[in-house]
Amino acid sequence: MPFLLPSDYLVWLLVFSVGAFAFYSGRRPHLAAPWARVFRGRAAMAASVVLCAYLLVGLLDSLHYRPKLPPAEPGAPAVYSVEVHSLLDRLLTPLRTHLEKTYSAPLATRLYQKEQLESADGGLRRDFPRLRYGGAHLENESERGRDIALRALAGGAVGLIAWIVCVALGRRTLVRRWPGAAWSSAAAALAVVLPLSGVAAGLATGYHVLGTDRVGTDVLYQALKSIRTSLVIGTLTTLVLLPLGVGAGIAAGYFKRRVDDAVQYVYTTLSSIPAVLLIAASVLMVQVYVDTHPALFPTSAQRADFRLLSLCAILGAVGWTSLARLVRGESLKLAELDYVQAAHAFGVTHTRVLARHILPNVAHIIVITLVLEFSSLVLAEAVLSYIGVGVDPSTISFGTMINAARLEMARDPMVWWSLAAAFVFMLALVLAANLFADAVRDGFDPRVRIGPAGGAGT
Amino acid sequence: MRRARCLAFGALLALAACGVVWNDPYPADEAGKNILYTAFIDRPKHLDPVQSYAEDEGRFIQQIYEPPLQYHYLKLPYELVPLTATQLPKPIELEGGRFTRYEIRIRPGIRYQPHPAFVEANRHLAPRVIARLKTPYALPLGTRELTAEDYIYQIKRLAHPRLHSPIFGLMAQYILGLDGFAGTLQRADARPDAWLDLRPFPLEGVELVDRYRFRVTLKGRYPQFVYWLAMPFFAPVPWEAEQFYQQPGMAARNFTLDWWPVGTGPFMLAENNPNARMVLVRNPHFRGEPYPSEGSRADRAAGLLADAGRTMPFLDRVVFSREKESIPYWNKFLQGYYDSSAIPSDTFDRAVRIAVGGEVGLTPEMRDRDIRLSTSVDISIIYLGFNWLDATVGGASNRARKLRQAISIAVDWEEYISIFLNGRGRVAHDPLAPGIFGQRSGRAGINPVTHVWKNGRAERRPIAQARRLLAEAGYPDGRDRETGQPLVLVLDTVGRGPGDKPRFDWFRRQFAKLAIQLEIRDTDWNRFQEKIRKGSQQLYILGWNADYPDPENFLFLLNGQQSRAGKQGENSSNYVNAEYDALFDRMKNMPNSSERQEIIDRMVDIVRRDAPWLWGFHPVTYELSQSWLLNDKPNNMARNNLKYLRVNVERRTGLRREWNQPVLWPLVAIFALLAAAVLPAMAIYRRRERMAARSA
Amino acid sequence: MLAYIVRRALYAIPILIGINLVTFALFFLVNTPDDMARMQLGVKRETPEAIEKWKAQRGYDRPLLWNAAAPGVKKLTETIFFAKSVRLFALDFGRAEDNRDIAREISTRMWPSLALALPVFLVGLAVNVTFALGMAFFRGSALDLWGVIVCVTLMSISTLFYIIGGQYLIAKLWRLVPISGYAGGLDAVRFLILPVIIGVVGGLGAGARLYRTLFLEEMGKDYVRTARAKGLAERVVMFRHVLKNAMIPILTGVVVVIPSLFLGSLITESFFGIPGLGSYTIDAIQAQDFAVVRVMVFIGSVLYILGLMLTDISYTLVDPRVRFD
Repeated sequence: MPFLLPSDYLVWLLVFSVGAFAFYSGRRPHLAAPWARVFRGRAAMAASVVLCAYLLVGLLDSLHYRPKLPPAEPGAPAVYSVEVHSLLDRLLTPLRTHLEKTYSAPLATRLYQKEQLESADGGLRRDFPRLRYGGAHLENESERGRDIALRALAGGAVGLIAWIVCVALGRRTLVRRWPGAAWSSAAAALAVVLPLSGVAAGLATGYHVLGTDRVGTDVLYQALKSIRTSLVIGTLTTLVLLPLGVGAGIAAGYFKRRVDDAVQYVYTTLSSIPAVLLIAASVLMVQVYVDTHPALFPTSAQRADFRLLSLCAILGAVGWTSLARLVRGESLKLAELDYVQAAHAFGVTHTRVLARHILPNVAHIIVITLVLEFSSLVLAEAVLSYIGVGVDPSTISFGTMINAARLEMARDPMVWWSLAAAFVFMLALVLAANLFADAVRDGFDPRVRIGPAGGAGT
Repeated sequence: MRRARCLAFGALLALAACGVVWNDPYPADEAGKNILYTAFIDRPKHLDPVQSYAEDEGRFIQQIYEPPLQYHYLKLPYELVPLTATQLPKPIELEGGRFTRYEIRIRPGIRYQPHPAFVEANRHLAPRVIARLKTPYALPLGTRELTAEDYIYQIKRLAHPRLHSPIFGLMAQYILGLDGFAGTLQRADARPDAWLDLRPFPLEGVELVDRYRFRVTLKGRYPQFVYWLAMPFFAPVPWEAEQFYQQPGMAARNFTLDWWPVGTGPFMLAENNPNARMVLVRNPHFRGEPYPSEGSRADRAAGLLADAGRTMPFLDRVVFSREKESIPYWNKFLQGYYDSSAIPSDTFDRAVRIAVGGEVGLTPEMRDRDIRLSTSVDISIIYLGFNWLDATVGGASNRARKLRQAISIAVDWEEYISIFLNGRGRVAHDPLAPGIFGQRSGRAGINPVTHVWKNGRAERRPIAQARRLLAEAGYPDGRDRETGQPLVLVLDTVGRGPGDKPRFDWFRRQFAKLAIQLEIRDTDWNRFQEKIRKGSQQLYILGWNADYPDPENFLFLLNGQQSRAGKQGENSSNYVNAEYDALFDRMKNMPNSSERQEIIDRMVDIVRRDAPWLWGFHPVTYELSQSWLLNDKPNNMARNNLKYLRVNVERRTGLRREWNQPVLWPLVAIFALLAAAVLPAMAIYRRRERMAARSA
Repeated sequence: MLAYIVRRALYAIPILIGINLVTFALFFLVNTPDDMARMQLGVKRETPEAIEKWKAQRGYDRPLLWNAAAPGVKKLTETIFFAKSVRLFALDFGRAEDNRDIAREISTRMWPSLALALPVFLVGLAVNVTFALGMAFFRGSALDLWGVIVCVTLMSISTLFYIIGGQYLIAKLWRLVPISGYAGGLDAVRFLILPVIIGVVGGLGAGARLYRTLFLEEMGKDYVRTARAKGLAERVVMFRHVLKNAMIPILTGVVVVIPSLFLGSLITESFFGIPGLGSYTIDAIQAQDFAVVRVMVFIGSVLYILGLMLTDISYTLVDPRVRFD
């Protein structure tokens, strides 16, 4: 039974509106031109391939449903589980359900911790027990090296084939349609992403590619699930940030006087409060609300989702001030321009002037700010979760992963794989986002300069 | 220029070569002194003996304040011995048991630590003197002899209108007249800023006999009262201290009795910075107490009796450093900068190896460093309770009982202890902690609902039996037989942060074994308390840390009279069973005897069958101590342990130096890397300058 | 000038009132006085009477905003809001829930925070400017490209990784500095080396990249081209003209954070056990000691507003064309 969470709706709403906007601007050369400039950059093209890969995972993870339970007796009405799964969970079923008892190293066949084992003659000895799933198909553990190599090769080969197919398809369609973009670097990035995913998938059929955590959950699975959380926080926040920032900024810059005073008062007040404290207080408040209204959130997935969404809303409500300030500055300038003044003289309504002249001319600021915000939001999530005011503890996110992994560093021999996985996956995402943001900034307006976004955190 | 840099670097290397340690966190002038180093994690909230209840506060104030009694440092089971009293007080029954009287006689000649409060002039200071005071000890110091009146003063303070004693409610039930006394004081407390002298107000149940003797009269019988006499709630507080600290301007400088204790114990608090460092120094007026000379054979073998009869304390100073994060704490212990440490569960594997047969030993790495390990079972229990008021899991119906029993089998605490505690826990079979009278061990002590005795050890019943019980309860395969809906249970717990996820996953998996779906509601402490208070929770996790080693202190947690939702008691499950309650009333005031054991056995049987709790586990403390720390034995009751400890300072100095030689090659490598980055820069720079010159 | 400062200070008052209202609303919606009492009274054996007593003693037994029962002006003043928030304006911070004086606590904890934040700020600024200047000087070369790559990578790594990694390598494996802790006076240096390094490296990416664009922008200006055309050496152009002029936006840009240095850093301080205001705030959040959190919010806002004023003033100092109007 499909069971879309509120954040799913919002994610898809965002996807469709971005798609519609892309289609709309594709028809208008003055809107398409900056994007064409963006995609001419080699780094931007490679980065967008990586971002697309992340996006794909995130979108798959945004289609939730409640699995049907096996009927208790034939003919009984269908009953659905209260657990909520996503399409990604379905795809990754072996990773999700193959739970070990506790830690195991990447590609290991045995647990990371010794246990009391009963040997054949009934005596007790202490040894590393075999894993329930990781490498369980091996009769003899000495074959492990060969088996891993074979699976990796097979996976890599499939990835390579997929790459060839993609390149061939792309050459026929995309390259012909938009010849200007830096397709070669996109192909190069794909040449890394696809075979790597192939190798990982190949190995994941028999092993825990990135090991398991304290309760034996696959770390690769966690890393993949974290992607959605990051994307949701990085993108949905804009749904709050955008209307507030743009609306207040334009209103202040265009109408001036009282409106300007009021907007300035509100954003100076808000931005004067240390962001972390404001976020902490708001998150605590949301939690109290959830706790006092259990009936509204029957499943833990809904509760976690609500907390995630409110975190987005709070981050948006805290973060709109910088956008508003930029937009206000730009609108102030625009309102003084001759043709705007002329429009006033001709008696054109405010709405029309705003829609025709002001809004389109601050659009570049909006796009640049949003793209820049993305990476700082992803980083902020990790820090907030560390302080305990981030996402719900049951939500898998990079922040919760780092937090859990932090303590494992003290183990000896060290449990490094959780932290390493979070590090690599997060670095790839933020790095790609930053490179892309750079290109967007250069493409849209080389003159606009925006300071380091003051994300919540340190 | 380059030569100078080389020289500086050479000097660094030379310094390292002669064994200079770079990472010593303590000031250089403390080196080689008779100081014990240890850490504290949370800042203490109260150091006033009438308010302080938390264990981590006890670590400070129990070294400073001396109640009449204490626990013997070495003996197990726990035994009370006199501290400032001359002997253990015996209860005397009056009017056929309507009242009980205890007479306590204290030793003469005990003197307080040096403190400004004992100098008359200091109790009437000018405000500007107070405003300039850095520490109370900057004033002229005095002392005086401890008298019985100081004990009475503290008992009166339990009812002080401006203080919140956590045990006031309990004591008001027993100490004659304490209840009304609170009202008297409330009315007398007219000026909230001034000192309220409690001496003129008589308290019926407490009576001064002479300078060294006082009597306490209780309503009815309460044999557990002597245990309270070993807690700081009954330690002496001199009235001078209250008057001293109540002077206007003191509180604004954080000079309060809550932060600057005044006691008769072996140590006094000299430096008070709860954010970073607390320092205890030896009380020069301490009377001197001999080290205990009785102990078990194991104690003797462990060298714990080597100092028998010698005068305590042995240490000059104890430095507590604040250590909030567990990783620095553990690493500093390994570097030798802490003398003892509890083992964080994440570093457990590194330190401890469990040998075949289950006995615990240290890893070779630890043994190379001569680190010692001691373990002790805490007098506490962590349990998962069912709410008796809940329609699904609560109540005495057969259906609910079978459901509870099925879950009791399914939740595998053995695995929990192994994953999350690295074996530092003992599975509980009933509420009583090991070492408490009435608790049975071995075959007789297993819970027949969840375990069977096999091959000489307790083994959890197979999950199939749990499934059968679940089916009998009306939920075959975890589905309600009538509606076909899956059974969903809700567990309320207090979150400790994002690190909780594995624990929650684990609990979900335990219930999933029975195809029961578990919803975990993770809330903050307040919200959790509120739910428990209203009785609106279904399943919950809580712990209980006993006040004293008596079965009453555990079994009352299931007494119907203590119901949390109805009567604001400590029975959070709101469990009621008339037979159990009747037995409890008989058991609670009995001396330990075979008759008492029999009653306890019957009570335990009842609650095992009813299964209002999953019995959970008793945490075990593993403590590591460095080889230079002597006389160290964990004792869950005797928290005034610092006076017993001794440090071999020379050994510590030597080993610390050996363990902390800095590794220098990374510095060399970083310099080399920087140099490597500069070279191409120089090359490009030269080329550009040349080109600029040419084009010009 | 003075009149301007006075006017700005007056303008800050409504903002501070707004801040107070926002924080007050947030904290009291979250936590009722009952909650606070229970939180502070501890785990075992708390009774309703004890909670009432606790509330009465700390003044939480009054109505929140409007006391209808009280006469006259006291309708406004005999409220929790007045007692807890308005008094902040008189710098009367009151006591934490554990009964320690907050003002005193802040005055002692400010110095460790500053001892960490000031070096991070100054060294960080110097390192960022140097790095950026280097990249701008070698613009277009491989060094510039690698510099930018390093910057983007550095800014893509979460602060948490810097701290965890730094502590593990430098303090644990190499034993070069104490792993955590703090001491007053000169001794503090040993404890501060590692957090300062981490703070500087953590801020390097974003800072250096921003300054590089500033430098490049400055280098595109006409006067620089003229200077070059006159045959001045590149080195001279860079230092005498570009650096000097680009420092103006850089310095005016960082002025705003200077007062806030007193607040310290939340995460670094708790990881390294530095008893500053940052770890004070974290402790308070975790212990739900809202008296402290409220004061910290207030102080943080005051310092930020101070920073804004300093920024304005610094603009006029470097650019005489800007006038106070």
